[in-house]
Amino acid sequence: MSAPLLEVEGLRMHFFTKAGVVKAVDDASFSLERGRILGLVGESGSGKSMTGYSILGLVDPPGRIVGGHIRFEGRDLVGLSNAQWRGLRGNRIAMIFQDPMMTLNPVLRIDTQMIEAVRAHHAVSRAEARDRSREALAKVGIAAPDERLRAYPHHLSGGMRQRVAIAIALLNRPALVIADEPTTALDVTIQGQILYEMQKLCRESATALIWITHDLSVIAGLADDVCVMYAGRIVESGSVDEVLDRPLHPYTRGLLESVPGRNAPGRPLPQIPGMAPSPLQSLDGCPFRPRCGRATEACRTQPPSQSFGTRRVRCAHPLA
Amino acid sequence: MSALPAPLVELRAVSKRFERTLDLAERATRLLRPAAPAPAVHALDRVDLTVREGEVVGLVGESGCGKSTLGRIVARALSPSAGERLWKGRPYADFDSGRDRRERLAVQMIFQDPFASLNPRMRIVDIVGEAPAVHGLVRRRERDEYVAGVLQRVGLDPATMRRFPHQFSGGQRSRIGIARALAVEPRFLVCDEAVASLDVSIQAQVLNLFARLREELRLTYLFISHDLGVIRHLSDRVVVMYLGRVVESARAVDLFAAPNHPYTRALVDELPRMDLRRRSFVPIRGEIPSPLAPPSGCHFHPRCPHAFERCRHEAPALREVGEGHVSACHLNER
Repeated sequence: MSAPLLEVEGLRMHFFTKAGVVKAVDDASFSLERGRILGLVGESGSGKSMTGYSILGLVDPPGRIVGGHIRFEGRDLVGLSNAQWRGLRGNRIAMIFQDPMMTLNPVLRIDTQMIEAVRAHHAVSRAEARDRSREALAKVGIAAPDERLRAYPHHLSGGMRQRVAIAIALLNRPALVIADEPTTALDVTIQGQILYEMQKLCRESATALIWITHDLSVIAGLADDVCVMYAGRIVESGSVDEVLDRPLHPYTRGLLESVPGRNAPGRPLPQIPGMAPSPLQSLDGCPFRPRCGRATEACRTQPPSQSFGTRRVRCAHPLA
Repeated sequence: MSALPAPLVELRAVSKRFERTLDLAERATRLLRPAAPAPAVHALDRVDLTVREGEVVGLVGESGCGKSTLGRIVARALSPSAGERLWKGRPYADFDSGRDRRERLAVQMIFQDPFASLNPRMRIVDIVGEAPAVHGLVRRRERDEYVAGVLQRVGLDPATMRRFPHQFSGGQRSRIGIARALAVEPRFLVCDEAVASLDVSIQAQVLNLFARLREELRLTYLFISHDLGVIRHLSDRVVVMYLGRVVESARAVDLFAAPNHPYTRALVDELPRMDLRRRSFVPIRGEIPSPLAPPSGCHFHPRCPHAFERCRHEAPALREVGEGHVSACHLNER
């Protein structure tokens, strides 16, 4: 078996703030094959976005990667120089942000921005770069791409802007795309369209995709595999079917049960008591312990990651 | 039907237009060419709404459909451009004089953003206690005790009342917003995306709180959300809006079991589900048109898979398609 496209091993990313050390990502390990879609799911502060940013080298001080490896296409990305990162970002690895205006420059026309993105990595003529841009826009479902190329970002609706941001991410045919909640701010009917198109594009071009979200139903409809994060740790991972149908970690089950659509209308929702720990408060042992109904003395020491076939769970008392 | 409780809030043919004040150049153009129409957003177009005592009405729709405007009109935060607003069968204006203060306070609003809707410079005790003190519901001396009671009701520790909003988490801030609304003893709450910004596990806690408060205080809700899962969980009746018009309204069970309008059907297809894997369909295509220039006829026709000639010219009226189930679609007459 050949090595996977991306292999993250024991990744630790900490913020060194005046108030103390925030362990944003704490010992995260996962891998991703070409053409697969991985869902990275968790609530605010779980470290899901920071895991994505680490893979892209977008961690700024006071944040720092303090341990682990990120192997991508056979080389370790931890410790690359800025110049090496520039060659990689937007080329082999691309990012889609929640807010498309993070990607788009408000004072430049769409064509200017797209042509620049192509020519930053490939020695092609402007005309050829423009052709590629037009093609990319058409691929993400934009009607009249020629017209849109001449538009400014403020001419476009939110859904259209996000499509343009996705087209830019796909411009240089990356091997890996990291998408950080790109449909959260969009209306449901628009979200449905974009999820469908992203899925199709990844399958057709064998692009691997990491989809970061808090929404389990999005993961259910999109991903092949899923990693559930809590307080900087991956508490459970496996195929979407396994994890969503038979969760092993009490947190995953709690999360699944609190989604309103699954429960009989009107009945009280099963809820996870309490709230996520403050990122500054470093809890020994399992971070979910104070909210968990199954917690015992054994949870005071950090449970190791156990394997059950193809899936892994980090819990001293996994659900059978 | 005599079994139904009396309506608490009624809106009759309520419209709301937002007009931009013209700048100097535009005023000059209008002097030369008086025919140029003023840019206006028709946020609401002759909307009827009835909310009965004790009911939870879910209002659902996408951006620009006018659901927040409607909520604000019900809560007196905005006035309609046309149409009637009734509270317990009497026009809202009847309660504007000083004597009926209680009735005027009876509708309160809970906002989406628990960060923006709390004054960061005020302590919780002042945020929650200000309105009841100003309106004379409690004496100043008894205010702290009163606030402690309200905080307890929403599941907050009264010992934290001297803190500032930034010292609380998102879920706790939502509870503060709810406590503020409850402090004036309302009968009716307009909840505008009140759980949209919360994490799933916290959202479940707050939804359960809404359900418990409804029982304990016999509250009536107008619950506005874009999330159909939340609406389905909480509502007795659901009203679906699209670009300023009501397109369908029915009891929640009927609406989710048998949606009539093509737009509602598409929304129901997008209901958050865990059992649907690697989905490969798109319920509707196209973008939501700008409310500045809504399409002619039925606003939904450019995206509707079933649209025919009549839909382009004539706006369909709401017609009964079942018991207590109305839908605005020409297909029902074919």
